[in-house]
Amino acid sequence: MSDKPQSIIGAGVPRIDGPDKLSGRANYAADNLPPNLAYGYGVFSTIASGKISQLSVDEARQMPGVIDIFHHSHFPSLYRTPSSFAQGNKVEETRLPFEDERVYYDGQFVALVVADTFENARAAARRVKVTYAADKAVANLDQGVEANGTQAGSGNHDRGDAASAFDSAAATIDATYRTPVETHNPMEMHASTAWWDNGDLTIFDASQGVVVARNALAKIFAIPPERITVHAPYIGSGFGSKLWTWPHAIATAAASRELGRPVQLVVPRQQMFTTTGHRPETRQRLRLATDDNGRLVSLRHESINTTSYTDQYVETCGSVTKSLYHCPNLTVSHETTQVNRGTPTSMRAPGAAPGLFALESAIDEMADAVGIDPVQFRLDNYAERDESKDLPFSSNHIVEATKRAADRFGWADRKPEVGSMKEGREIVGYGMAACNWEALKMACDARVSIRADGTAFASCATQDIGTGTYTIVAQAVSDVTGIPIDRITVKLGDSSYPDGPVSGGSWATATTLPAIAGAARNALDEMKRYATGSNGAFAGASSDDLEVADGGLRNADGKQVSFADILQAGRYGSADGEAHTEGADSKYSYRSFGAHFVEVRWDPGISRLRVARVVSAIDVGRVINETTARNQVEGAVVMGIGMGLFEATEYDERNARPVNNDYAEYVVPVHADQPEIDVILLDYPDLAFNEYGARGIGEIGVTGLAAAVANAVHHATGKRIRELPITLDKLMDDVPQVRSA
Amino acid sequence: MRHFDYARAESAQQAVAAHGSDREVSFLAGGTTLLDLVKLDVMQPDKIVDINGVSLDEIERLDDGRLRIGAMVTNTALARDRRVVEDYAVLSQALLAGASTQLRNKATTGGNVMQRVRCPYFRDGVSDCNKREPGSGCAAIGGVNRTVHAVLGTSDDCIATHPSDMCVAMIAIGATIEVQGPEGVREIDFADFHLLPGDTPAREHALEPGELITHVVLDAPLDGSRSGYLKLRDRQSYQFALASSAVIVQMDGNTITDARVAMGGVGTKPWRAPEVEAALKGKSASERLFAEAAKLAFENAIAYSQNGYKIPLGQQAIVRNLSDLTAA
Repeated sequence: MSDKPQSIIGAGVPRIDGPDKLSGRANYAADNLPPNLAYGYGVFSTIASGKISQLSVDEARQMPGVIDIFHHSHFPSLYRTPSSFAQGNKVEETRLPFEDERVYYDGQFVALVVADTFENARAAARRVKVTYAADKAVANLDQGVEANGTQAGSGNHDRGDAASAFDSAAATIDATYRTPVETHNPMEMHASTAWWDNGDLTIFDASQGVVVARNALAKIFAIPPERITVHAPYIGSGFGSKLWTWPHAIATAAASRELGRPVQLVVPRQQMFTTTGHRPETRQRLRLATDDNGRLVSLRHESINTTSYTDQYVETCGSVTKSLYHCPNLTVSHETTQVNRGTPTSMRAPGAAPGLFALESAIDEMADAVGIDPVQFRLDNYAERDESKDLPFSSNHIVEATKRAADRFGWADRKPEVGSMKEGREIVGYGMAACNWEALKMACDARVSIRADGTAFASCATQDIGTGTYTIVAQAVSDVTGIPIDRITVKLGDSSYPDGPVSGGSWATATTLPAIAGAARNALDEMKRYATGSNGAFAGASSDDLEVADGGLRNADGKQVSFADILQAGRYGSADGEAHTEGADSKYSYRSFGAHFVEVRWDPGISRLRVARVVSAIDVGRVINETTARNQVEGAVVMGIGMGLFEATEYDERNARPVNNDYAEYVVPVHADQPEIDVILLDYPDLAFNEYGARGIGEIGVTGLAAAVANAVHHATGKRIRELPITLDKLMDDVPQVRSA
Repeated sequence: MRHFDYARAESAQQAVAAHGSDREVSFLAGGTTLLDLVKLDVMQPDKIVDINGVSLDEIERLDDGRLRIGAMVTNTALARDRRVVEDYAVLSQALLAGASTQLRNKATTGGNVMQRVRCPYFRDGVSDCNKREPGSGCAAIGGVNRTVHAVLGTSDDCIATHPSDMCVAMIAIGATIEVQGPEGVREIDFADFHLLPGDTPAREHALEPGELITHVVLDAPLDGSRSGYLKLRDRQSYQFALASSAVIVQMDGNTITDARVAMGGVGTKPWRAPEVEAALKGKSASERLFAEAAKLAFENAIAYSQNGYKIPLGQQAIVRNLSDLTAA
């Protein structure tokens, strides 16, 4: 990689897909309307546990436009995928749709009506009569633990002897934190449009991983992956809910095959709370102890999360706890408990988001217990190497991030006494928290062509989930070839392109760019071979004597020939390169770091809590695109505010039904809730990680933010809220007890 | 969507005639409630009479000083009307605190009066709900009831709040609803329009089948009064009130000579609080007076499993609003 001044790497290049999105040309899964399209609409269970005792389609079949109605007695026999991450055929809910008459959660597909129009399908779906033999539903974590106990999870860690160190420590805290179910709620609803052609399946799916979706569908339909193409050129965000294939996509593809015509299905908003994953409920016990100097000597982080009856999903809340702080005696454990909800899945910063709410709240409580400023306490205790892996960090600037954010925020002005900072009717609270995310990198293939018309074309079967991947791929091609951005076409989101990664884990940038750059270099090598060939513009020269300059090649004498002329001369349409890059090595612990500082305002006279100001300093290695990177952190901060103050999927504890299942009642921040957000990007290249030194930035911003809010709330109100979200009723005094049930 | 008949009316009389009365018929104005509920299969009209062609979109000052608002005047138009902004600030503020710009541009005055409850158990089409299926029960009692459930005017059969902000301002101002029916026109006092759930929560208002709201007539503004609407909620926009207050005060020096107080988010109907008004009248404005008066509004309040906080929150909404309006 060149390190020219004014490098396109790091520049705030506007999104190259922006015009298509703004003008409506961007093609989302449900925008595909192939000829003869039929529309599916689900019938969803209205109990959370039990069996279908009778399912009658008689009335529904008589409705206008109905083509067929699928259910557990009328559905093709499919196969389960091994659901292996390593094999790349993972799904989250392994049970196949309509597999049997069992119901495991409210809002589970129990039938699929296919009709000639969406409206007819929906009207008929409501005439399908289902009766159930219901069992008592297990509706939440506490009920799950009581009914089912817990099952061992994964990602555990143990070093030293945390229990005895705790017992003999100078100061301790022991606190339990809870986080509710959160639902991803991307604007674009899950949708699939599928058709078959001579045994080949084409599916446009709202997917964050077209290759894995293809492989999983290949297992499920027992056909070679080469016979399936999954398209997701654009998705209306996913936040993790679109990482893996859900039952609706399988049902849509199966229905299309049975009917011999294209079928489209859009998951209604209400069922996006049931059948397409969610962040599970957690209960986390934190026990911390320090010595006389306020140094951590014992840290235990024990987490339980809810999972479904069909699959175990482990929310690794202690993933960050293992390595963020220096502590010789440490235990992290994860357990799950089964409840009647759909299978959970990764939601932006899985594990770390709920985990750092607990850890970074507990760190504040510990600092408070020993009377040390929370910033100083963290600076005193941050780890210098990854003690869980016994490896050095590849690049860790958390101390600088913490100090710079503290300075920018004005932490020095904080008066430590609770409720002591007032402005008018409002009490001001300052809080902060560390943020952290593992830097991951997967194997990747990519292809780049430099074409005779002077343009370049890059393709990779990864996706742009709204984060800017199209744009940074173009930046990498431009960086290597010198071809300007506006002459570069990037194609993503098609499983027939070279295998690319799932867009998740913040690994897309670190994974994709080295493969793209490698492919671009290989294309240039090909170009040089053409140029130095017998009829080439530099015939007889050595490739080594040629350098890339201004959209062409140049020799030591200053002779310059454009790529277009080189290709034209040889009558070549393009110079192509492919590359394969491997995942991360294990020489270092690769992680991203940062710190959030939050100001809240509490107006006790009207019980109004708001986040007024956020300063975040983020150390994610090199920033590839200043604009999209900043946007990722700002968006994550907003999501963190939602997590802190508003978001919770509320289940009726009597029947496990999610109740607030729409955009009106599931509260996320709106524009009026946005504070001033100031993002500092440290921009230290992590060249041990990859040639660009980029570690990825999608998730880290949401970690720790809710804890910073909770810590600020404590500073303002003296109330330590250990259960998210921090709604105003939790901060009010003298709330009357229930007088009626 | 289920099939239904569609008719388009060009006058209120035509609309009422098209309505008939033997089937399930709905008038379609802005559609912001109706289309939602039809799509959710909660409302299943056999026929929809579109009244967007009736000419009821004027706002006129009557000779007696009252303001007559056509039922089809949109929430946006009403909120921005100069006479409303100047004479009925509480109404303008209440309207602008509701929904979103897009919804306010579609939603109408008559439709806002007629909007249905936001109780998720009503909207899910499945749970026990006496509004939707009389006699089935009320799943909200003992269920999830933190946000859109009431502490005032509830019954064992229904605890859903009336969701409107506009109506809270209107009941504070005082208003008359003009109705076109098959037999002609009649007037209903705004305070009598919305009904308590009692043991018939499916009956929500005083309209007879086939009757159409044509106008809402606001009482003349209270001389020299100030008014304001304060809405408290989790997020700062696009959420129904957890508690709100509409307050109109008339002052002579520091003495409150007249006051109108109404509340949203806490009652099963737009909730006027005469006991608060009586406690304020003739008294010298003070935080202590406001707190004592506000308390009176909740003497008969009932806290349900998750919404007891609305009892102090509702009082805060009144106190702060009074405090701001009486500040020099």
